[in-house]
Amino acid sequence: MNLSDQIIQFLLSGFATGAIYALIGLGFSIIYNSTGIINFAQGEFVMLGGMVTMFFLTSLHLPLPAALVGAVAITTVVGVLFERLAIRPIRKPTPLNLVIITIGGSILIRGLAMLVWGKDTHAIPGFSGEEPIQLGNASLLPQHLWIFGITTLVIIVSKVFFNYTISGKAMRACAFNPRAASLIGIDVRRMVLFSFIISSAMGSMAGFIIAPLTMTSYDVGIMLGLKGFCAAIIGGMSSGLGTVFGGIILGILESLGAGLISSGYKDAVAFVILLLILFIRPQGIFKRADSERV
Amino acid sequence: MLKIKNINTYYGKVHALKNVSLHLNAGEIVTLLGANGAGKTTILNTLSALTPAGSGEILFEGARIEALPPDRIVKLGICQVPEGRQVFKPLSVEDNLELGAYLRYRSREGRGAIKKDLEKVYQLFPRLLERRGQMAGTLSGGEQQMLAIGRALMARPRLLLLDEPSMGLAPLIVQEIFRVIETLRQESGTTVLLVEQNAKAALKMADRGYVMETGKVILEGVASELLENKEVQRAYLGKEKKEIWER
Amino acid sequence: MKREPVKYALLVAVALLAPLYFSGGYLMNVLVFVGINTLLVVALNLLLGFAGQISLGHAGFFGLGAYISAILTATHQVNPWLVMLIAALAVSALAFLIGFPVLKLKGHYLAMATLGLGIIIYIFFNEAVDITGGPSGFSGVPNLSIGALVFDDDVKNYYLVWSFTLVVILLAVNLSRSRIGRALRAIHDSEVAARVMGVNVRLLKVQIFALSAFISALAGSLYAHVMTFVAPASFGFHFSVELVTMVIIGGLGSVYGSLLGAALLTLLPEMLRAFQDYDIIIYGLILILATMFMPGGLVRGIPAVLAAILPKKQERG
Repeated sequence: MNLSDQIIQFLLSGFATGAIYALIGLGFSIIYNSTGIINFAQGEFVMLGGMVTMFFLTSLHLPLPAALVGAVAITTVVGVLFERLAIRPIRKPTPLNLVIITIGGSILIRGLAMLVWGKDTHAIPGFSGEEPIQLGNASLLPQHLWIFGITTLVIIVSKVFFNYTISGKAMRACAFNPRAASLIGIDVRRMVLFSFIISSAMGSMAGFIIAPLTMTSYDVGIMLGLKGFCAAIIGGMSSGLGTVFGGIILGILESLGAGLISSGYKDAVAFVILLLILFIRPQGIFKRADSERV
Repeated sequence: MLKIKNINTYYGKVHALKNVSLHLNAGEIVTLLGANGAGKTTILNTLSALTPAGSGEILFEGARIEALPPDRIVKLGICQVPEGRQVFKPLSVEDNLELGAYLRYRSREGRGAIKKDLEKVYQLFPRLLERRGQMAGTLSGGEQQMLAIGRALMARPRLLLLDEPSMGLAPLIVQEIFRVIETLRQESGTTVLLVEQNAKAALKMADRGYVMETGKVILEGVASELLENKEVQRAYLGKEKKEIWER
Repeated sequence: MKREPVKYALLVAVALLAPLYFSGGYLMNVLVFVGINTLLVVALNLLLGFAGQISLGHAGFFGLGAYISAILTATHQVNPWLVMLIAALAVSALAFLIGFPVLKLKGHYLAMATLGLGIIIYIFFNEAVDITGGPSGFSGVPNLSIGALVFDDDVKNYYLVWSFTLVVILLAVNLSRSRIGRALRAIHDSEVAARVMGVNVRLLKVQIFALSAFISALAGSLYAHVMTFVAPASFGFHFSVELVTMVIIGGLGSVYGSLLGAALLTLLPEMLRAFQDYDIIIYGLILILATMFMPGGLVRGIPAVLAAILPKKQERG
């Protein structure tokens, strides 16, 4: 393979991981926009998506679709429990308290996953086999197509939800001004719960579409979560296209960095970008400082 | 219709309402007067359950409501148009209005009735119809006030709580908004509790008024009498002194 | 407040005498680490408890101190005491420089930025194999020595580490009661108010960040010489979180609380050896429960609990 073929290959795989970061990032920004919380446990929802799928497939021998639905369902239940038991009871929700509580929650979820599934790394078969598809000189795994497909679908569904349904609009209203929202009868706490439901479901989907590519274990959530956060920061914490582009940019830079510079420092790419963005343009690279969040 | 009995409300350690009692009869327009910090807005927020009362009773049509959460209050038909409008700026005008009917959507009320009310609001405020697709944040202050009132009307309130609807608006727009409030009372029999800095305009429209000072009700009376009251004139109507209520 | 010197004297006495009871036992070794962790927790508490600025990257500063000491003394045979000073100065200079952009951030963003910083340092430890030895670690770090006295067993290391710990505790207590301490607390309560009072908020935050990094690097150097071996695993994100936990458990803004928090969470895993793998769950639970139910930490929690148990006696007393 010559250099330009290699670059195309890096772009393709970067695009795929980027799509996953985008999904995780959307989970971050949805919760952030409706509650002002950066949910440090977001990565654990991603981990659960992969691990629960693995469990259903290998231990219970469920068919793939059932395993996937089950993974979303269980992760969402965890998301609901997390909101109910850890977020809602906080009496003084200062940023510091919220950071600490969500970190505590993420450690707890990770620990429980370790308890249930052990410390081993597990593999999940690709949804449609492992036979690469040739695209010119580059190749693509069928799983990549699943990633593109599911990510696109989730983005479209969430766009429709937030722009065309009354619950979606209520969530946006609540994100913008919770006081005014409660004055028209929107139950703010219910919206917070909704945002955890949506985010955990999205996270779990990110988790099971990436698992066949990267394997999964109880501790994959930290890195994936942080990368997703990085995508959301690049996108200015928008729950829309900003974060999607943020994820894709991150995925591609990371893949180019790993391929052309050094694979060992691949993970550092995301954090260097994260710091640069936070230092230079904390509002994200796509919008003016004063524009709206949702 | 509404009876407030001896409520006390606290912001942290600040005793914001001290044994406040007042009542509203059905179909009345009642205005609350007083200086900044007298506790007018606090009364509205206590009614809307945003800052619940520490003690005392609030009766709405005979039932105790002081312990209900904000959404139940709206469901009963008590809607507040908050100070400073507080429309949902990133959402369109029509989305804002639809959200006013949020609880009606949730209780699976027919879309037809909601649609009809939407048209009614557009009749009351034709300028909102012109701007229905625009983001609410792009509206002028007066239009935002109309939108905030329209949004509250979408919930079909029986008691409307208005907090300083004239604040920062041009006199012509204030007139238009006050005209709409009167229309509402005439056509739908909506009861209104109006907090206003513009005491003169408020008293001209209102049936009765309460005057508050540092968390207490110090005066109550028929609006026309309050207009003539020396104390009120001095403090809020700017007679015998410079016009302190108007900036 | 004449109680302060008494409290400190008591602490010194207990610290000096502890080896009489524990020497030779396994606990002696644990107490060395209680000392090192106390240094770190006091350092973090200056930032988190006094100035209200979170850092999830302190394990990185700790690690940098450890690696600088390890590499310069083992590979280049530089005088370890000199290296200790160089390491602490270098790390605090680094913290000072990055402090300006980092501490401009608030709340969640600050947490994420410091976390990112910590992880970048951690990745560097793992990947710069030529310098750091990579994931398998770096061994052959010499023990510290003064003349013929070599700090090569637990009791000696105990006195070595705790002399640093006691000095730092004294400094921190004095700092917290000084003008600077009051200014820091003002920042914690309201930055705007602090600025109005004439505090150079930005500079002060960065200075305290650098001081905190200085102490952390010092702890790192001590750690390297005590262990004679360093590996990246000791300086990861998890350890940063443990440090935050210790601060919270002990009590935000309390120096003696830091000591309590560090002691409890260093001893706890040793006492719960049966749960070894599950200490991560216990940490998570402690973090959540402590933040919810004991926001003041042990230093304020214990008196509150005592007061609740013995209310009448105290009132009448």
